[in-house]
Amino acid sequence: MQGLNQFFNMTTEKMHFEYPVEGGNFSKAGYPSSQVKKTLKQLNVDGNVIKRTVVALYEAEVNIVAHAYKGVIFIDIDTKKIIIKLVDEGPGIPDIKKAMEIGYSTATPEVREMGFGAGMGLSNMNNNSDKLTITSEVGKGTNVEIINYFPS
Amino acid sequence: MNICPTEAIRVVHGKAHMHANRCVDCGECYRVCPVGAIIVEQDDFENIYNFKTRIALIPAVFTGQFPESVGSKEILEAVHDLGFTYVFEVEEGVEFLNERFNEYFQNNKSIKPLISPFCPAIVRLIQVKFPTLVGSIILLKAPVDITALRTRKTLMDQGIDPKEIGIFYVTPCAAKIVAVKSPVGEEKSVIDGVINMNFLYNKVFKILRQKKDKTEIPGLSPLSGKSVCWSLTHGESDHMNQGRSLAIDEINNVIEFLEKVENEEIDGIDFLELRACDESCAGGILCPGNRFMTADKLRKRALRNESDPDNHHNSIENTGNTREYLLDNCSLNKVLPRSIMKLDDNIAEAMIKMKRIYEMNGILPQVDCGICGSPTCKSLSEDIVQNKAEIKQCIFVQKILEQNDKLDISESIKIMRSIWGENVLDKNSLKDEINEIN
Repeated sequence: MQGLNQFFNMTTEKMHFEYPVEGGNFSKAGYPSSQVKKTLKQLNVDGNVIKRTVVALYEAEVNIVAHAYKGVIFIDIDTKKIIIKLVDEGPGIPDIKKAMEIGYSTATPEVREMGFGAGMGLSNMNNNSDKLTITSEVGKGTNVEIINYFPS
Repeated sequence: MNICPTEAIRVVHGKAHMHANRCVDCGECYRVCPVGAIIVEQDDFENIYNFKTRIALIPAVFTGQFPESVGSKEILEAVHDLGFTYVFEVEEGVEFLNERFNEYFQNNKSIKPLISPFCPAIVRLIQVKFPTLVGSIILLKAPVDITALRTRKTLMDQGIDPKEIGIFYVTPCAAKIVAVKSPVGEEKSVIDGVINMNFLYNKVFKILRQKKDKTEIPGLSPLSGKSVCWSLTHGESDHMNQGRSLAIDEINNVIEFLEKVENEEIDGIDFLELRACDESCAGGILCPGNRFMTADKLRKRALRNESDPDNHHNSIENTGNTREYLLDNCSLNKVLPRSIMKLDDNIAEAMIKMKRIYEMNGILPQVDCGICGSPTCKSLSEDIVQNKAEIKQCIFVQKILEQNDKLDISESIKIMRSIWGENVLDKNSLKDEINEIN
């Protein structure tokens, strides 16, 4: 599948997917979001939930690509919700609370001038998830968990 | 079968069948079919005589089908001679519509990007394949509808019985036909009939060859350069005075781009002009001419019109009463999604089906040969799970079963005939070879 490994297994009414993420490879970013989008469409999930999920996932994936060395995305879907776990090996986030603030950015002025690092990433993720949990260990890596519920 | 961007074609009993709920009327199958198996329906031309006042609405691309030595006026006169009371160019509605677009941007600043409703195949594509983007479609009618509404209103104001007015649209593509027959976002189209462009081209060409005397068509006003080029690629996007516009033509390019738009991987775009055909309407499947030449001829015509000092564009908005009427009637109703992606309305059922699709797909050889009658191994898997096909239709699966004495030859022949027709295995030319082997 487009040169990326996808692990897939499923028991009835539960699905599990895994996607590896390569740090620094921006050109490949977006594949897991596209796959998740397709799956949710096939499951007839509400369009608005699909959109929020895909936006949050893409944002989180790009964070791994931009900051970490490598990572894995775990997707679990059941009939009520989707749980996305992103586990990376990377520098970690020293102050998560601060990182969540709108406009907070670690980007240098030069990078900001290029249009990146506006400090909207984490808050955008937060706005597009029903539940967002971030844990991190400096020097080791970051775990992000996004949960979105399907309207019944 | 493989060309279809929405996988709508299946082969059954030797014929290509179209899944109506998947088909977006883009016409890609018509374009490539070597034996002309796909036909585009059209109304009987004689239908125009059901009406006392007969109006032909001609898109500017029609004038681009003829040699440059033939002026657009002569072409329209020839159409008039075929039996129409009035002939108007579709793009007369463009200036009015362009204003409405810019107004629409002001009132819908939160939606980014807004998507043009111009190409009916694209509107349908978004409905079936990108249901989350239906809210981005601009809810305004196409130039042809504006011009048709204007014409009808003007004639009614002159005291003509609306039942006696017949408006006929000359279409460059199949999507526009469907847009008239079963419109999206309208109860009923304002257009009474459709004439295929290649049909009219032949008729007009004959008249132009034999024509001696000139006829004047009443009420015809020259188009602005903008209007002439509106249906070409960049025709709309070049004239949106709001933010950043992008024009994309050819349906696979559009699909690739909309995937990214849906993921919000693309931002900073305010307006998208999307057209199903390469070179937009100049590349319409019913246009007889070469699309690149047509586009070039129209651009030249636009330049001529712009530089002509006598050319005062009689744009629609100057007429007060009609303008009010158009303002009240130029909007579309909400466009609803009709997703082809969903496997089942119930999420648990859909998951079970998805699991079975993955299982089936694992058995299939992934060569997408199409012998089973479905365009890809993946689509056969889906058809099997939706009870529309059997796994035995796969030729590889047949061989595996035969190898293990699970399928006898007479049954596999039966299966092949049910897909490709009764005569598919009767090849007389092979007789000698068969005898030799024996």
